Amino acid sequence: MAMVIQVYLGVLLLCCFLCLYRIARGPTAPDRTVAIDILGIVIVGFCALLAVLTGKDFFINIAITWALVSFIGTVALAKYLEGRGFDE
Amino acid sequence: MNETIGTVLWGIGMAFNFFGCLGLVRLPDIYNRLQASTKCVTFGTIFVLVGVLVYSGFNAMGIKAVLCLIFILITSPTAAHAIARGAHRSRVRLWKNSVLDRYEEDKEAKG
Repeated sequence: MAMVIQVYLGVLLLCCFLCLYRIARGPTAPDRTVAIDILGIVIVGFCALLAVLTGKDFFINIAITWALVSFIGTVALAKYLEGRGFDE
Repeated sequence: MNETIGTVLWGIGMAFNFFGCLGLVRLPDIYNRLQASTKCVTFGTIFVLVGVLVYSGFNAMGIKAVLCLIFILITSPTAAHAIARGAHRSRVRLWKNSVLDRYEEDKEAKG
């Protein structure tokens, strides 16, 4: 059981590196924004699996917090790309 | 039994996550990457969180996983929509073989 979860964590780590490649290479700013958004969602799944593997449920709190902060950051970057203020 | 179902759900989620990130790397322009990666990765992470619920049952961990699931289900399409809109408004070009741009036509029709 723990072995399977470790393999899954390895797959998610590979996904994180693919996102990091896109953040480093991305030709335009929206490409990097998409990659940051996807990286945040992948890390939420990573934290959920880590909570199961270690049996400590505070990792799920980290996942919830990460989802909140990642969403706020992505929307702020998207509004910045659009070139408008936050109150419209 | 719960362990088996949870493992299968996590396996499905891993496949979706991996192919979504592969689309993020392999596809040619921002809009293709957006539509490949956002949907697949959201779906995969939802499967992972449902697997956590099935594995641990209705205790503190399972309820928090459901909360996280509902939050991601609401916010991820919103963020993707905001990114697509921002990219189009900041004049990011479509891929050269893309054939249809309805948003541009709408903006021209409106003036």
